[in-house]
Amino acid sequence: MKMKPKILFATLAAVIAVSLATALATAQDMPLFRWENFTTADGLPDNHVFCVLVAGDRIWAGTENGLGRYENGAWRVLRPADGLAHQAVLSLALDKRTGDLWVGTMGGLSRVSADRIDNFTQLNSGLSNDIVYGVGVQGDFVWTATAAGASRLNTRTGEWALFNERNTPMYEIWTYGVSPAEDKVYYAVWGGGVLEYDVKTERWKDYNDPDGETELVLMKDQGLIHEVTTSVSYVDKILWVATYFGASRYDGRYWHNFLQKDSGLPSNFLNQIKGVDGNRAWFSTDKGLAYYDGTNWAVYRPALDTHKPEMQVRDAAGAVKKIAVQSAPAHNYILGVDFQGDDLWVATAKGLSHGIRQRGSTENASTESGSTESAQVVGARKSIQGESIKKK
Amino acid sequence: MTVVDFLMRSMVTIPAKAKLAAKIAPITALILVAAIARPAAKPAGSGINERYLSPLEMLLSPDGHRLYVVCQASDELRVVDIESGKVVTVVPLGRAPRGITLSPDGTQIYVTNSTDDTVSVIDAATLKVTRTLPTGFEPAGVVSDRTGETLYVANRLSGDISVIDVKTGQEMKRLLAGRGASYLALSPDGKFIYGTHIYPNPGAFRTPPNSEITVIDTGRQTVVERKPLHNVAGVFHVALSADGKLGVAAQLRPKNLIPLAHVEHGWVFGNSLTLFGEDVGGTVQVPIDELDRYYSLPWGVVITPDKSKIFLTTAASESVTVIDVPRLLSYVRARREPFVNDLSASANYVAARIPVGHNPRGVLLSKDATRLYVANRLDDNITVIDTKANRVVSTIDLGGPKTINPFRRGERLFFTANYAFQSQFGCSNCHLDATIDGLQWDLEPDGFGKDIVDNRSLEDLSGTEPFKWNGGNPDLPTECGPRTEKYFFRSQSYGDRELTDLVTFVYSLPYRPNRYRLANGELTPAQERGKAIFERTTYKNGKLIPQTNQCAYCHSGPKYTNQQQLDVGTGKPTDRSPLVDVPHLRNVVYSAPYLHDGSAQSLEEIWTVFNPKDTHGVSNDLTKDELNDLIEYLKTL
Repeated sequence: MKMKPKILFATLAAVIAVSLATALATAQDMPLFRWENFTTADGLPDNHVFCVLVAGDRIWAGTENGLGRYENGAWRVLRPADGLAHQAVLSLALDKRTGDLWVGTMGGLSRVSADRIDNFTQLNSGLSNDIVYGVGVQGDFVWTATAAGASRLNTRTGEWALFNERNTPMYEIWTYGVSPAEDKVYYAVWGGGVLEYDVKTERWKDYNDPDGETELVLMKDQGLIHEVTTSVSYVDKILWVATYFGASRYDGRYWHNFLQKDSGLPSNFLNQIKGVDGNRAWFSTDKGLAYYDGTNWAVYRPALDTHKPEMQVRDAAGAVKKIAVQSAPAHNYILGVDFQGDDLWVATAKGLSHGIRQRGSTENASTESGSTESAQVVGARKSIQGESIKKK
Repeated sequence: MTVVDFLMRSMVTIPAKAKLAAKIAPITALILVAAIARPAAKPAGSGINERYLSPLEMLLSPDGHRLYVVCQASDELRVVDIESGKVVTVVPLGRAPRGITLSPDGTQIYVTNSTDDTVSVIDAATLKVTRTLPTGFEPAGVVSDRTGETLYVANRLSGDISVIDVKTGQEMKRLLAGRGASYLALSPDGKFIYGTHIYPNPGAFRTPPNSEITVIDTGRQTVVERKPLHNVAGVFHVALSADGKLGVAAQLRPKNLIPLAHVEHGWVFGNSLTLFGEDVGGTVQVPIDELDRYYSLPWGVVITPDKSKIFLTTAASESVTVIDVPRLLSYVRARREPFVNDLSASANYVAARIPVGHNPRGVLLSKDATRLYVANRLDDNITVIDTKANRVVSTIDLGGPKTINPFRRGERLFFTANYAFQSQFGCSNCHLDATIDGLQWDLEPDGFGKDIVDNRSLEDLSGTEPFKWNGGNPDLPTECGPRTEKYFFRSQSYGDRELTDLVTFVYSLPYRPNRYRLANGELTPAQERGKAIFERTTYKNGKLIPQTNQCAYCHSGPKYTNQQQLDVGTGKPTDRSPLVDVPHLRNVVYSAPYLHDGSAQSLEEIWTVFNPKDTHGVSNDLTKDELNDLIEYLKTL
């Protein structure tokens, strides 16, 4: 069917106008936070915070020297003397059905269940290795990413299944992150790309960088951005992948890669990625915390030079503006993030940060001197966790 | 041959009376010979055709007119008309029923079947089983939440609590409980469920045992608290007062870290209660023993609605202890320091001791609380007690066999503390419900910390002789007779017939269903791979493994033991000899910890920690995957 030229023109104009308006609007609608930072002076076990997990009103912070629990304004610390497998806590996962917390440490896996701690190590259990970089819960199974492959504990039978180079396409066994879901389980394999486990067929499949083990990007958006993966996040059947050389998004058919040079990423060095939904994600980099809403980017950090609080917004056209803010995460080196409603909790190299979402805050916020635009609130506020509004 | 299943139920597999008679004759003769000569060293058989009932738990109908009695050995629910004292209906159940509860509206009765891993749902009006719901391994206690929508089931072998959607019958999730999770109680306001467990939680080697009361928030359906019970191993019934301010759990305090030779000093078991709740704040452990008399194996417990009395069955002492609650609370508040080891304390709050039948377990109050019903498990009857006068007023016969056969006699001996000095303990104190206790004991009078031994399973013992970890007892009569009498009980010895009965009973304890084998009996791929490792005769490089270092050489035969004593390098400097009796491996998965002294907390540790030189089988050439496979296979034995 042929469309008349006038109608075609009008339609195109409308589409462009809507697109531009949307892009502009969303660029101005990036979330603003007031940051409260916790350090050892506040009771945090250690300032090197490797991971953070929100469990309702309770915040768990995995640090280099203990697991901290923040609740009702007070910190409680668990260390090996309290029964924890090791003081260095690398990863956390919550079994939402039972309320049990699974803790990956440098000395094994701990289960914290209503203050009772049980430890699973490579010596006393079937766990493949005591260095547990990642942990995730999928029904009755607890999946771990360890320095010697993947392990799966069946909590009903106690059976451990190990997955490594002998029974999967895992040619490197240094697994760094895991993201289990009902249908798929994804692993970030440091130096080995991404592994996918199909729950139904029980088969494994690997995804690798089409450029091979190089730092070249000859075939962008034709596959995983790099083999050195650090984190995976599988949400709404979309896979988000973090690497030390950029980030990737995979929808089951198409890949889209994000690099510092052509996105709002402040760095290609990513420690963690956490998807809000299929379009939105948070990126923990060595140069700040970044948020991508599907079109626009925002970066939160102490400025790299002055260390003053900084927020940058980059729109779809690549225009970057700085928003004047009074606070920032504790440090640029971000290791992890979790959501508490509209708030954020952020693990950094110098403390734990609580990003308190500011309602209507961008309306009064001003851009820093030299900026030509002013930030305004446009439309309804989106939930960063995607619970209230999901952008599709 | 006649067998008794795991829960001490005698069952006859001989169909014809003639065959039975033919069998009885030689067996009877054997028993007679044993009685006049020496105790039998092998299973004697019994010639029984009795099917005992073994009433365990009870429930009252909402109108208070009927008593529902769970009969563990006959796989039945017997319904008693209280007024007439007669059994009016018998409802067949699954195998080895153990726990019972009622739906909030009183229309459904739920009974756990511990051998089948199910719950029978019984229509209270028709008294027919309408549905069977799946649970975890070896379900015991069961309660419904206040809405009637969710059922909670304590699973003894899997150490967890199943959360079951009553409407769909689906198990929604399992909550981590204490090891040997067994008994549950709903708080009067319906907000919390309190759970206990009969084995101590895993702990470091040679440290005091610890247990917990698991507290579940019924709104969130998660565990929100674990009340620590220090120095406690073996927690049984738990009950709450009508106002919800006082909770009480029956428990054992084993003193397993010091030599059992100290029995004369009262240092083997403390029988006690843990009190918790607003009335006491936190948890308080209180003794029920007296200075020179013990009331062993506190089991069933109930609090009167007016909170004036606690009634407690002491299963190995064949009595009910009556506690004056106001005096108890007053005493607890006055004693600020822990006093659970002060046996003079009980005089301040124990109001009466009422003798009842053999192995009293479940207790229940009538609707007006004027009567207490006590299930005498090994008498097949119910004792009725006047709660005001604290005296027995009648006995309800549940209709079991009138003949007491050797098995039953042996079972009574096994479950009584009457043969021990001051009635401190019996076989069943350490072999809870004829299993294990998860503890390591300093049994020998050779000094503190020497010759520590792990408690061994009693399942399917025939063909596993000799006994003791050093193989020092050639047969079961020696193990159960002189050894037990001399070193354990130190008071009264068994007569020859008694010893034969006891041995007959112990030999009859069967192999529990293994939950790790596939339903068709086949092995999973991982288990198959593990079997190949277990049976291998060569190293990975093809070199022959010395015969004595092959798993299947020492752990050979139908019970996986060659019945010899060997040094496999697991001896400790505190052991008198490095020689260890090769244990059988039947259901080894259920009997952690491992090795002769229980120093290996898991099957894995046998090889990852305690086999550095490949002296206990060859394991150091295995990958972690292969070791996991081996363990998956061992779990199926």
